[in-house]
Amino acid sequence: MENTHNTERHEYDVVVIGAGGAGLRAAIEARQQGKRTAIICKSLFGKAHTVMAEGGAAAAMGNVNSADNWMVHFRDTMRGGKFLNNWRMAELHAKEAPDRVWELEAWGALFDRTKDGKISQRNFGGHEYPRLAHVGDRTGLELIRTLQQRVVALQQEDYETHGDYEAYIKVFSECTITRLLKDGDAISGAFGYWRESGNFVLFDAPAVVLATGGIGKSYVVTSNSWEYTGDGHALALLAGAKLINMEFIQFHPTGMVWPPSVRGILVTESVRGDGGVLRNSEGRRFMFDYIPEVFKAQYATTEEEADRWYTDQANNRRPPELLPRDEVARAINAEVKAGRGSPQGGVFLDVSTRLPAEEIKRRLPSMHHQFKELADVDITAEPMQVGPTCHYVMGGVEVDADTGAAAVPGLFAAGEVSGGMHGSNRLGGNSLSDLLVFGRRAGAGASAYVDRIPARPKVLAEQVDAAREEALAPLGRSGDNPYEVHHELQRTMNDLVGIIRKAEEVSEALQVVEKLKERVAMVGAAGSPIYNPGWHLAIDLRNMVLVSECVARAALLREESRGGHTRDDFPAMDPTWRRKLLVCSLGPGDGVRVEEQPQPQMRDDLLALFDGDELKKYLTDEEMAEFDGIAKS
Amino acid sequence: MTQTTPEAPVRRQRAQVKVRTLRTDRWWLVPFVTFLGLSSFLVYGVWAIIDTSIFVEPYIAPFASPCLAAVTCPEGARVFGWAPIGDWYTLSPGLLILALPGGFRLTCYYYRKSYYRSFWLSPPACAVQEPHGKYTGERRFPLIMQNIHRYFFYAAIVIGLVLAYDAVLAVVHKPDGLGSWILIANAVLINAYTASCHSCRHITAGRLNHFSRHPLRYRAWTFVSKLNAKHQQLAWASMFSVMGADLYVRLVAKGIIAFPFA
Amino acid sequence: MSYKAKFKVWRGEGGEGRLEDFTVEVNEGEVVLDIIHRLQATQAPDLAVRWNCKAGKCGSCSMEINGKPRLGCMTRMSTFDEDETITVTPMRTFPVIKDLVTDVSYNYQKAREVPSFTPPAGVRPGEYRMKQVDVERSQEFRKCIECFMCNNVCHVIRDHEENKTNFSGPRFLMRIAELDMHPLDVADRQDAAQEQHGLGYCNITKCCTEVCPEHIKITDNALIPMKERVVDAKYDPLVWLGNKIFRRGK
Repeated sequence: MENTHNTERHEYDVVVIGAGGAGLRAAIEARQQGKRTAIICKSLFGKAHTVMAEGGAAAAMGNVNSADNWMVHFRDTMRGGKFLNNWRMAELHAKEAPDRVWELEAWGALFDRTKDGKISQRNFGGHEYPRLAHVGDRTGLELIRTLQQRVVALQQEDYETHGDYEAYIKVFSECTITRLLKDGDAISGAFGYWRESGNFVLFDAPAVVLATGGIGKSYVVTSNSWEYTGDGHALALLAGAKLINMEFIQFHPTGMVWPPSVRGILVTESVRGDGGVLRNSEGRRFMFDYIPEVFKAQYATTEEEADRWYTDQANNRRPPELLPRDEVARAINAEVKAGRGSPQGGVFLDVSTRLPAEEIKRRLPSMHHQFKELADVDITAEPMQVGPTCHYVMGGVEVDADTGAAAVPGLFAAGEVSGGMHGSNRLGGNSLSDLLVFGRRAGAGASAYVDRIPARPKVLAEQVDAAREEALAPLGRSGDNPYEVHHELQRTMNDLVGIIRKAEEVSEALQVVEKLKERVAMVGAAGSPIYNPGWHLAIDLRNMVLVSECVARAALLREESRGGHTRDDFPAMDPTWRRKLLVCSLGPGDGVRVEEQPQPQMRDDLLALFDGDELKKYLTDEEMAEFDGIAKS
Repeated sequence: MTQTTPEAPVRRQRAQVKVRTLRTDRWWLVPFVTFLGLSSFLVYGVWAIIDTSIFVEPYIAPFASPCLAAVTCPEGARVFGWAPIGDWYTLSPGLLILALPGGFRLTCYYYRKSYYRSFWLSPPACAVQEPHGKYTGERRFPLIMQNIHRYFFYAAIVIGLVLAYDAVLAVVHKPDGLGSWILIANAVLINAYTASCHSCRHITAGRLNHFSRHPLRYRAWTFVSKLNAKHQQLAWASMFSVMGADLYVRLVAKGIIAFPFA
Repeated sequence: MSYKAKFKVWRGEGGEGRLEDFTVEVNEGEVVLDIIHRLQATQAPDLAVRWNCKAGKCGSCSMEINGKPRLGCMTRMSTFDEDETITVTPMRTFPVIKDLVTDVSYNYQKAREVPSFTPPAGVRPGEYRMKQVDVERSQEFRKCIECFMCNNVCHVIRDHEENKTNFSGPRFLMRIAELDMHPLDVADRQDAAQEQHGLGYCNITKCCTEVCPEHIKITDNALIPMKERVVDAKYDPLVWLGNKIFRRGK
């Protein structure tokens, strides 16, 4: 293809979209396997949303409690996801996470240590043993910086051998991909623009790894940054791949509620892991009232027992504040609705009466800092006010567990943009380890794919021209203000497809989204293409609307409550629904189509890791009969 | 496209802001006060060298201690009666030793900051443009000599001990004298300032990469680090205490101060 | 609770530009970045500003507010008087791309010139043993969110563009200190710190420490200790003499 207009063109073996944990780990793997690799990110290198992860990376290293191993981690993960997880992914994740964490140390990460000099591990919601490798409460930053520095180390190696830092791995920062290109069925490249100049850029590459993170910017109250516009989800859909589990969105129970400008920003779960308790306006530790039947055995029922747990975990059950996130988020939501909320519409999270001030500052330095600087609240002296915030999407691109390959040849996905690993609800700490485990696997999968294909697919000129026209369109129009359209979408999703959902509300949301679709097609952005945020938002809106439609359609279909999907009209979990996945794809025309697909059955040896009493809560009678057969044999 | 594309489309320029700074606070106040404070110290130091009233039983003026000259040091002012500098030397005794504490303060990491800012205006305050066309820092002579700070630190330990000895001696001889306790306070501040020095912190354990293998040195480092955080305050406090103590002794020696408890 | 504030915002592309006046609504609890966003949404849709997390964790929204380098998301409007005119400009040390967005590639180039962590030979992943007290110093430096305000405020390059070639700035001198103090790093970094990265340019005037949003004691804990280590290696006459006499160091 001739280089039309001012579109620059680059050839690579593997193009990784996204420079968070998963993207960087994938790129490192591809480069280590000798592939010429491009990393593309919307922000500057090292600013990805991964820095916001606070708690830690879950890996069953057994450094603090030697009883921990991959099987326990696997069980916790499946339990947390209410058995909807892709079991193969959960298995790989639990088995490989320790190696991925150790490898970071060899690249320069400095985790907090145990007395004997190993990596320290902390308790977290849903994890049976202390399992999260951490650095204070800024683990995500450590992870991103370590991977960033690993990329630089590889570039330095390449400089030694080839005289060029960027001979094998190059970062294209502040660059947004708007379309994936295909030759026949297979991926042939990606098209995008430089945010800085508005110039277009074309990547000719047989393999693309999506690592674009989540979709939180479709909601008003969210812990996610502006980058989280569901780009990868939409690019995959548009390229013909499928999304699964899109109805499952995790609302983190503790986001800041005040001041308004920081509403939604995360308050780490470690606050609760380290002794923080939730109270309503009456001063009651209300979480004891919300322990669901399936968790009754593992959680303390009295304040005394819960308090003893912090010092003696072997002989006491854990406090209910550490229930999985979906349970805590719903409980807070219920308290606020019942009129027992805090003045600014949340509940109280108090650590000030639980730990000495010095200890709080040492264990939760960035939370102390965050509240001091943003809200002028001293968490060592007064309680925080917190409420649920849109945090993570469990759903994403349907991928092969072992290689991260999507249904489209040449397309791979890892991290939050991929779906299945976390089932209906993700455990805290499983995200950072997910990024590392499946980032590496996707990088390796993409490399193997490049080796396997007989010829590089070709970039077709007409696709490039169409993509350029699509991207330029908002600049030429004088239509709706993109900020207004965005805000309306956020309100709609927040109010109608939020934590608690009802059929009529979700249907209403779908009607609004339908109308917004038309408005998005007409939004205009004034000004030049040079660093024009209005234009960038206009382009991102296409993705947000598409993804929101998937979420709403899937939410309407799934008539049960499970994990990150709560239906007011179907409040119970239904074992027959556990066997069904909802798969989202692009129909003919522009319509989003959501269909049921059977969930693959768990391998017998994995099923045997659970005991029958627990499985009874999740499986159908028919499945239980089969299980009894396995258990006997 | 920032870091990785050498083929920049246009020649890149900084934002053209014509003023030296857009700061709206009184950023000039701190360098101005620092300038006055340090200047007063210099002026006093020059006077203290010229002035000869350095001793009155049992007080010795800190600027002249240790007093080493046979001619100009009264018997009681000498440390253990020792006067190694012979009859040939007839100038002020302070001149002999002033280079050591002076050099210690001149090369001190805190004083460097304060005089680079207030005297040399490099920079006068953060985000305020400095008035110099060129800047080479501490890379060449004479400023590369700042690197000998730690030798002045060793000397400062000795001077600090002598001042402590002077003060203890004064208390023993005249426990009810105000001067004794002024000298004690000064000796405490001078030694605290010396111990809080960055070189001291480095020598105790800062140079090690494995604190865990040297628990005692690590504890010393932890202590020095705490003091080090107060290095600026100690620098000013000890500067004024040494000036004050010195002036007090001289005023008593001159008979200007003559309370019974002086 | 809301009022109208007067803002002056630097606008322009590639160096050419001017301060533009705006009057804009401010509500309780807002930060400067919120106001910039309100300007985008209501008056200047193409006003360029970098930002990400809005919680002081990513270091994207570095700018100069009333002449001082600050993170836009961490500067509360309540710290200003209601009748005060607030001036917002891009970081002065780096070339401007547009409005408040600067080209910070200098920092990424310098990052690449610092040799990476060099682990000891023969220690496999999983076998690393380090004591908490030994990693704490380097951990402090790893809190850095790379907002680059320390490099922006440092007069060595802020006032002297020509020094950029030979000076890596506080951020990367601190990175060298981080690695030099790493209990398991085996590379020799002191000579390079002085000769290639320009530690000697630093005159410890501490502006890097003053502007650090993470409150890292850059000067006291990284730069000065590093200078002292360089003195050990290069300027200590006793060490030099000892090396000559005992023929150590070769």
